[in-house]
Amino acid sequence: MTPPALTGERSERHAAHPRTPRAQAPPEARRRRFRGLVTITLFLLPALVLFGLLVLVPIAVAGYTSLFKWNGLGGLPTEFIGLDNFTRMFGDEVFLGDLWRGLVLIVLSIAIQLPLALGIAMLLNQRMRGRAVYRMLFFAPYMLSEVITGVLFTMILSPDQGLANQILGALGLEALESEWLGDPSTVLMSVFIVMTWKYFGFHMILYLAGRQGIPQELGEAASIDGATAWEQFRYITLPLLGPTIRISVFLSVIGAIQLFDLVWVLTAGGPVHSSETMAVTMFQFGFKRSQVGYGTAISVVMFLISLVFALGYQRYVMRRDTEGAITTMRDQR
Amino acid sequence: MSVHRTQARRQGALLRSVSLQTLVAVLGAFVVVPLLFALVGGFKDTSQLSTNPFGLPSPWVPENYTDVLASGSFWRQILNSVFIALATTLVVVGLAAMAAFVFARFAFRGREALYTLFTVGLMFPFTVAILPLFVLVRAIGLLDNPLGVILPQAAFGLPMTIIILRSFFRTIPREVEEAATIDGCSAFGFFWRILLPMARPALATVSVLAIVASWNNFFLPLVIFTDPNWWTVPLGVQQFSGQYASETAKVLAYIVLAMVPALAFYSVAERQLIGGLTAGATKG
Repeated sequence: MTPPALTGERSERHAAHPRTPRAQAPPEARRRRFRGLVTITLFLLPALVLFGLLVLVPIAVAGYTSLFKWNGLGGLPTEFIGLDNFTRMFGDEVFLGDLWRGLVLIVLSIAIQLPLALGIAMLLNQRMRGRAVYRMLFFAPYMLSEVITGVLFTMILSPDQGLANQILGALGLEALESEWLGDPSTVLMSVFIVMTWKYFGFHMILYLAGRQGIPQELGEAASIDGATAWEQFRYITLPLLGPTIRISVFLSVIGAIQLFDLVWVLTAGGPVHSSETMAVTMFQFGFKRSQVGYGTAISVVMFLISLVFALGYQRYVMRRDTEGAITTMRDQR
Repeated sequence: MSVHRTQARRQGALLRSVSLQTLVAVLGAFVVVPLLFALVGGFKDTSQLSTNPFGLPSPWVPENYTDVLASGSFWRQILNSVFIALATTLVVVGLAAMAAFVFARFAFRGREALYTLFTVGLMFPFTVAILPLFVLVRAIGLLDNPLGVILPQAAFGLPMTIIILRSFFRTIPREVEEAATIDGCSAFGFFWRILLPMARPALATVSVLAIVASWNNFFLPLVIFTDPNWWTVPLGVQQFSGQYASETAKVLAYIVLAMVPALAFYSVAERQLIGGLTAGATKG
């Protein structure tokens, strides 16, 4: 016989209804049950402690210090100012600009970067020469750290001797030469191009994996029925890729909300805040200007935006797709 | 079907395949040109970069590369990055495997609530917690201490690792466990001697993910390490590019060398990495 703790789902019922015969089980079984509880505790505790201390506590700390005016030095914050940090934030043009720029990057990602990744994935799914090489090549930038990518592109996009302008000059397109990262009107676009360079391979890999999960027979059947390649894509592949696409959109949005490394290295948010993101503003106030109270208030808002988006997205968009790792609704049923 | 139509169709197919090939090749160039520019540019000197941006270097200037390779700080950063990545992986995979074992194979009240608590962690991006985390790490006295980077990285890696491992542990048949128990195996014995060896592919996957995440992490080491002796590769790259801002060729050589370990690791662990990313995305 297996001890109760090891029987998995079978004893779930007992857990839900404590008044089962097991409650009056013989001492031997009770001892086993106790041993099971000890095992559970010992196995779970280390992860729980680490996670609680370094993930949950910081969130709580942020919630607390966001209510103070605090320079981050010396013990605990004392100057309680209620929600002033938050009212200040929503009156601050830079922060409101952060929200707007975040939205622009999200829209651009969904409208350009993801369709591009999807298209490439569909092409590379066909038999064509050099497909394995291309697949590896497109994914390679994802492996490079944001810092390396950022430093590389600051040089490529540099206005005087940068490669981008040199190429445009050599092609006779001097009119398109620009300051790229140095001009407030082009900087966000330039950041987006770098993001695309770095991340579209990741989404391509997701789509390729999703495409592989669609049985070949469906396409074959449709093509026998006379469907063109486009119709096959539109009416078979695309709908069946739905779950993958929804996840890739989700990851894109969450990534854009917390975007820091790349922007910090490329522009540090400049010129004049025109590429600044929430995370950069938070870093500026929290680490550079010693306004830790205000900085943590920005963290709290970032957290709430992510949370509301994630919960809403899980609830209304991905509901049917996954087992729901985040909400685990199916397990709780 | 008439000969004409077949021919037209074949021509259309050819045309389409050529245009698709071209499209893919253009995108390939978009990806590869910056990398080649860095690789070749590293062999030029800075004046060559402006006068001769596209051609091969003349003369070749290998000093940019050899200078970096001869500098102690570069190797120091590689070593720090390796150490921190391995330590993070050990902590996160060890603790997550234990927790995932309990979540996968035990039934107890509050199991799903606890599991949900961990998975909610997926929604806390590092960036959001960095400022309070810094305050906390400073309060514990772990600034300029590798543990100040290793432990938070491990903590933030737990959700994804637990999710992947739990779903793998669940696929191991109950009969295996029952047989082990009948043979007198304790819960820990089953975990250590049967479950973990059987889960080697999943452990490899999550380890690879943890290594890559740690290797590329910038934000946390940036705020924790002020002492250059602890700097990791991304910090070194940032510092070097600032110090030699006007000597583009030197910086190019530095970042090319800094890319090598990541790309080499990718070529070795491609399968685990891609399997892990897609599994993580679909399960998370």
